Amino acid sequence: MNLTLRIWRQTGPDDPGRMVSYQVPDVSPDMSFLEMLDVLNDRLTLDGEDPVAFDHDCREGICGACGMVINGVAHGPERATTACQLHMRHFRDGQTIDIEPWRAKAFPVIKDLVVDRSAFDRIIAAGGYVTAPTGAAPEAHAQLVRKSDADAAFESAACIGCGACVAACPNGSAMLFTAAKVSHLSLLPQGQPERTTRVVGMVDAHDEAGFGGCTNIGECTAVCPKGIPLTSIGRLNRDYLRATRERDGVPGT
Amino acid sequence: MNASGGLDLFTLGEPIADAKAPDGPIETRWQRRRFAAKLVNPANRRKLTVIVVGTGLAGGSAAATLGEQGYQVRSYCYQDSPRRAHSIAAQGGINAAKNYRNDGDSIQRLFYDTVKGGDFRSRESNVRRLAEVSVEIIDQAVAQGVPFAREYGGLLDTRSFGGAQVQRTFYARGQTGQQLLLGAYQALERQIGLGRVEMHSRHEMLELIVVDGRARGIVVRDLVTGEITTDFADAVVLASGGYGNVFYLSTNAKGCNVTATWRAHRKGALFANPCYTQIHPTCIPVSGDHQSKLTLMSESLRNDGRVWVPEAAGDDRPPRQIPEEERDYFLERLYPSFGNLVPRDIASRAAKNVCDSGRGVGQSGLGVYLDFADAIDRLGRPTIAERYGNLFEMYQRITGEDPYEVPMRIYPAVHYTMGGLWVDYDLQSTIPGLFVIGEANFSDHGANRLGASALMQGLADGYFVLPSTIADYLAAGPFDALTDDHPEVVAARDDVTDRLDRLLACQGDRTVDSFHRELGQIMWDHCGMERSDAGLRKALGEIRGLREQFWQRVKVPGDGEGLNQALEKAGRVADFFELAELMCVDALHRTESAGGHFRAESQTPEGEAQRDDEHFSYVAAWEFTGADRPPVLHREDLRFEYVHPSQRSYK
Repeated sequence: MNLTLRIWRQTGPDDPGRMVSYQVPDVSPDMSFLEMLDVLNDRLTLDGEDPVAFDHDCREGICGACGMVINGVAHGPERATTACQLHMRHFRDGQTIDIEPWRAKAFPVIKDLVVDRSAFDRIIAAGGYVTAPTGAAPEAHAQLVRKSDADAAFESAACIGCGACVAACPNGSAMLFTAAKVSHLSLLPQGQPERTTRVVGMVDAHDEAGFGGCTNIGECTAVCPKGIPLTSIGRLNRDYLRATRERDGVPGT
Repeated sequence: MNASGGLDLFTLGEPIADAKAPDGPIETRWQRRRFAAKLVNPANRRKLTVIVVGTGLAGGSAAATLGEQGYQVRSYCYQDSPRRAHSIAAQGGINAAKNYRNDGDSIQRLFYDTVKGGDFRSRESNVRRLAEVSVEIIDQAVAQGVPFAREYGGLLDTRSFGGAQVQRTFYARGQTGQQLLLGAYQALERQIGLGRVEMHSRHEMLELIVVDGRARGIVVRDLVTGEITTDFADAVVLASGGYGNVFYLSTNAKGCNVTATWRAHRKGALFANPCYTQIHPTCIPVSGDHQSKLTLMSESLRNDGRVWVPEAAGDDRPPRQIPEEERDYFLERLYPSFGNLVPRDIASRAAKNVCDSGRGVGQSGLGVYLDFADAIDRLGRPTIAERYGNLFEMYQRITGEDPYEVPMRIYPAVHYTMGGLWVDYDLQSTIPGLFVIGEANFSDHGANRLGASALMQGLADGYFVLPSTIADYLAAGPFDALTDDHPEVVAARDDVTDRLDRLLACQGDRTVDSFHRELGQIMWDHCGMERSDAGLRKALGEIRGLREQFWQRVKVPGDGEGLNQALEKAGRVADFFELAELMCVDALHRTESAGGHFRAESQTPEGEAQRDDEHFSYVAAWEFTGADRPPVLHREDLRFEYVHPSQRSYK
């Protein structure tokens, strides 16, 4: 099939950027979306033009590196699918496709479709862990975990940190990302001792990074390639309220 | 190959005498080595700096642990976040000799299975230590909150993997690597938050700095600004992964590369067993020329999926219309005791053989079925969905076919490299102060890695082994301070900038990827699942020709000032060219078959790999002498005191 791409080109943070049109002929329906961009980039290279920069690595939907807004939707039209796992069979001959970077204050554009997501690492560094220095661990079976808790923790832990939730949110909030980690760890017995400091630290880091507040719109979970549920934000809110009560010295929580 | 046949290809050097593994009873070797190793007191650790390159399971866990211990750690990765290292994509599980199933497992059995699985080409001392440490890894990961699969009673669940008859594989659905890596990443981020580890994402190591015979630092390129900088330390740890992308198409991430280890090799670190590559039997087949990478379908699927092809060549009926008696469940037929769970090298070759006989399925004929119909009948769809749901969805997204309804089509693909930089028992390379961990080293898997052992080895090295052994080296530090005007530093830096300038100056007529694809095809054809003398010699000629072309005709757009992904790729492919030659030389010199290295000339009457223990029971460690000069072979003889080498049989 033949496609028209309109791609956001921006040489660097100081360039205002613009949409540029490209024709891509002979696209196979079995190609992934990124393989289609590879074809375009090969041609641009040989024509002496600058290829389109985009982040990608594993190309199997698990590393979270790739991410682009395709026709207005983060990761494109297929549900629960990263851009690298999106295949061209979901597009039609003659279609025009708009491709843009994640747009959020906390994710400045580096070049073209590449953005700086290091704010996510800072949120994790502010509490998204269990303090368990190497060598200090008890026997794995010393503590039983209910299967339903382990399964629910896994659902949240499946987050790949791609940032689609932020790109989709009208507020540019990273609350789904933050809540996924809070949920994962607060559902497990190992996460209990730091439950209070974790949620407060992570929410503070989230706000400091310039992400917006959550107003329960739900765009985040709709585009999440791993289907992280919106209920995880509810869990974060409960933990946060409890933590602030504890911090303010209200007993009996 | 005898010396006369190999004269033009390599020369023979001194054997490696001491690999630092203690003698005596194998059960206490690790304990004795740790006791003999020097310690660094906590106050002095603050004065010692360690650079860790790579943030996968090995590098991430090592950087976190060294930070916890109080060293000054600086960690580097080319990705935009340490969480994205390719360990994240490991699916099936991690082995540990916990014997929670009471099914006869033990440290001794895991040790035995791994030595045998590696086709008796690994070091007994190392493998024994790996099996011992395996149980601590599970404890460590659980304490971090890694959400392993559990049973209704709240205990950890386990499953079977290839090459073992016990259920010792712990897992987190089909995302075990992701969950273990996030555990290590979170521990690392904690250290970063505390200021004990300094993280440099989007930075690529392009050269090793060696001063007075010691590894003292690295030259890195900031991938965003293009700036070339140096960093100095008392020791350098490479945890930069394997080199499977030399084949272009592999299950590795697109960015995986050999540059860090190859640069160290050029600076004097021996490269061991480069021809030992693992071809994984269950990957989604190639769909066309546009293919940019291959996707693995976890080995765990072979717990419940049955592998088959039509009995008759050329039978192109849809799979569901082929009656049971006209199917050949060839793994069950050939290997009744292990069935579909034979080790990877054996399953891959069996699939290749049935496809070569014209019985392959799919449009290309390069595929076999992996069928879940029986398992769905027996266990019900919900159980299969619970075990493999995410893998089935991934398969459907890529192929457009529903594996609950029609069997998966699978074919072998390059997945892992057992070879890597040579290290001693302390995981130190032949350059003092340069340590190599995880897939980047050669140490534990011999000629074939068993499933669910990569995660085990990466974490064993990073959490437990390296943090103990590196102290023995660091105890002599801190070493003299270095500055950017030291002649060795200036030279290393100039090498990097010269190379980048040369790549940018070519301005030829071919893209980097076109060269990489062509190189990969040569390697797949002649240094892939089956190798022969004639094929390897042909490959060597073709690789050299293509390398010359590359340096004349490659086109890298733009400049070095800023984000330039084509320039990054060009540097990596340039190193793959040199590695590819060494792989072929290694494969050519090893005229026996062993594990993943199958020489057409050396097979049993049944077509299995035929080892030649009399001549090849050694590690081949290669010394670099120049890009156009023959490498020097140093042999480390392998001694088997506990596991007696035998013809590997899974029948």
